[in-house]
Amino acid sequence: MSFVPGQPVTAVVERVEIQKLRQGENLILGFSIGGGIDQDPGQNPFSEDKSDKGIYVTRISPKGPADLAGLKIGDKIMQVNGWDMTMVTHDQARKKLTKKKEDVVRLLVTRKSLEDAVKHSKCSYAKH
Amino acid sequence: MVHRLCGAFVGQERSQWEKWKHCLSDSHSSSDSGLSTYISFMYSFTSFQDDNWGETTTAVTGTSELSVSQEEVVGLGKGIQDRTQGFRRYLPLAVGSCVGLLVLATPLVFLLLPAVMWPDRLQVCGAACEGLFLSISFKLLILLVAVWALFLRPSRACLPRVCVYRAFLITLTLLLTMSYWLFYGVRILDAQDEDYHGIVQFAVSLVDSQLFVHYLAVVLLELRQLQPCYSVCVIRSTDGETRHYNIGQLSIQRAALSILEYYYRDFPLHNPALLSASKHRAAKHLAGLKVYNVDGAQPSNGNQSRAMVTAAGKRKDSAHNELYYEEADYERRVRKRRARLVVAVEEAFTHVRRMKKEDERATPSDIMDVREAALAIFPSMARALQKYLRTTRRQHCHSMESIQKHLAFCLVNNMSPKAFLEAYLVPGPTLQYGPERWMADQWTLVSEASVTSGIKQGTEFLLKCLDFSLAITIKSIPYIRLTEEYIEPKSHKFLLLLQSETSV
Repeated sequence: MSFVPGQPVTAVVERVEIQKLRQGENLILGFSIGGGIDQDPGQNPFSEDKSDKGIYVTRISPKGPADLAGLKIGDKIMQVNGWDMTMVTHDQARKKLTKKKEDVVRLLVTRKSLEDAVKHSKCSYAKH
Repeated sequence: MVHRLCGAFVGQERSQWEKWKHCLSDSHSSSDSGLSTYISFMYSFTSFQDDNWGETTTAVTGTSELSVSQEEVVGLGKGIQDRTQGFRRYLPLAVGSCVGLLVLATPLVFLLLPAVMWPDRLQVCGAACEGLFLSISFKLLILLVAVWALFLRPSRACLPRVCVYRAFLITLTLLLTMSYWLFYGVRILDAQDEDYHGIVQFAVSLVDSQLFVHYLAVVLLELRQLQPCYSVCVIRSTDGETRHYNIGQLSIQRAALSILEYYYRDFPLHNPALLSASKHRAAKHLAGLKVYNVDGAQPSNGNQSRAMVTAAGKRKDSAHNELYYEEADYERRVRKRRARLVVAVEEAFTHVRRMKKEDERATPSDIMDVREAALAIFPSMARALQKYLRTTRRQHCHSMESIQKHLAFCLVNNMSPKAFLEAYLVPGPTLQYGPERWMADQWTLVSEASVTSGIKQGTEFLLKCLDFSLAITIKSIPYIRLTEEYIEPKSHKFLLLLQSETSV
């Protein structure tokens, strides 16, 4: 998932739709994010390429909305409701996820196992 | 085996001393297990004002006495040898004084001879000559002080060969003086020169040249070896004590002299009692491996030798085990004795206190001078100290008087008990003990290269003494290439690396 500046990024993504849960006066999603272009990419434990400044899911509260929707820890978030998440600061990402007027967020996430699954299916298709 | 000689001592202090030495000699015999023989001597007593001296001193007590170890007996004969070397010690001083006198007297003689031999024909010169006379007198005074400072010091060592630079400088000085005399004799005495001004200038030029020769002497003898360019590694042969020093350009014998001065300052006292354990192990190892091939190669002998080698192998297996447990046990014993000693000394020091102003009203029997105070608190720590020294095998380095003297010194200077104990817990440098304990008086320089040649990278030589030797290796200090790099002070910039995690 490394990128070359100026070249388009391609990734296999999964669509995850999370319904926000109302807790008091807050709407929560039940996961934590880390990363961003203003953060240090070397300390990200989930990224494969240590210069990747994308937004990653670092923690999922069990039985929270994100967990029920199928979000996994270590996923890289590519888009939130159409907004790009690959080149944003940490705070911008947080703002896009916690808009009070929206109660549903549609994420495009990618993870390594998706790429592997596609490769496997391609191989098995090619064999037949 | 301990040969015992009965001695007799009377008086309170004497009995204490006796007990001390009794325990010491017991320790000698038990620890060395008969490997050395001891010859006992009677110590002489100090003056005894007692009228009954004759009767009391002939009583036989039957207890043991003072023992002197074998090394000290060998050392007794050495003192006599050194006195015959006396004339060699003062030879450089004598030569220096003679040459110095010659150097100082020559210009004066140059000036006086014309005034004595042909005074009527001499041209009187005025102020210029007076100025030159002043300059000669001050220069001669400076030369006198300089020669005294550089050459007329008592020599601190007797080296095997003459120092090359000194010989060169003496030759140069004599050559200079002789050539001046030659010119003087031919041009002035024979021709009976009347120009006194010229003669005075001639004398002044001689004094100037001698001052420059003295400058050369300072550079060659004192300044040349100040800049360090060699690193010296000194290893003692008996216990492997190693030290490293930096010295400058020197001849081998002078380098050996500097190294010996460092030896007396830095190396801990050589203690032969500490080496007996490894000698035992070596002896046992050798005993196990000796196979005598008396009848040539015979099968019976072959079997025997094989059996002996396997037996030796088995013994070797247990030797390291033995050593390990022995050393652990020794450490434990030393630490236990040390703990008892520290406690005893601290307690002893609490019994005595420096007298303050308000104590002036105290009873006179309580007020003591430092020697009495030391004697008063010594018995409470004597036993613990003696046991500790016996365990660490250093009891022969410290006599009772020296311990009491040290205690008095510590009391006078308000030292803590720990400060007093340091002298006994750690073996000090050789120079700290008296010359009778050094076991290192006569040194022999063993070298493959000539001892007056300069030291070079890779030079090795040996300094042998009676009981041990110092192996010396010389390496040169590397040539250092130092370059500079300029850093703009404003170029120090930093980034903040954040790693935050937000829950949404």
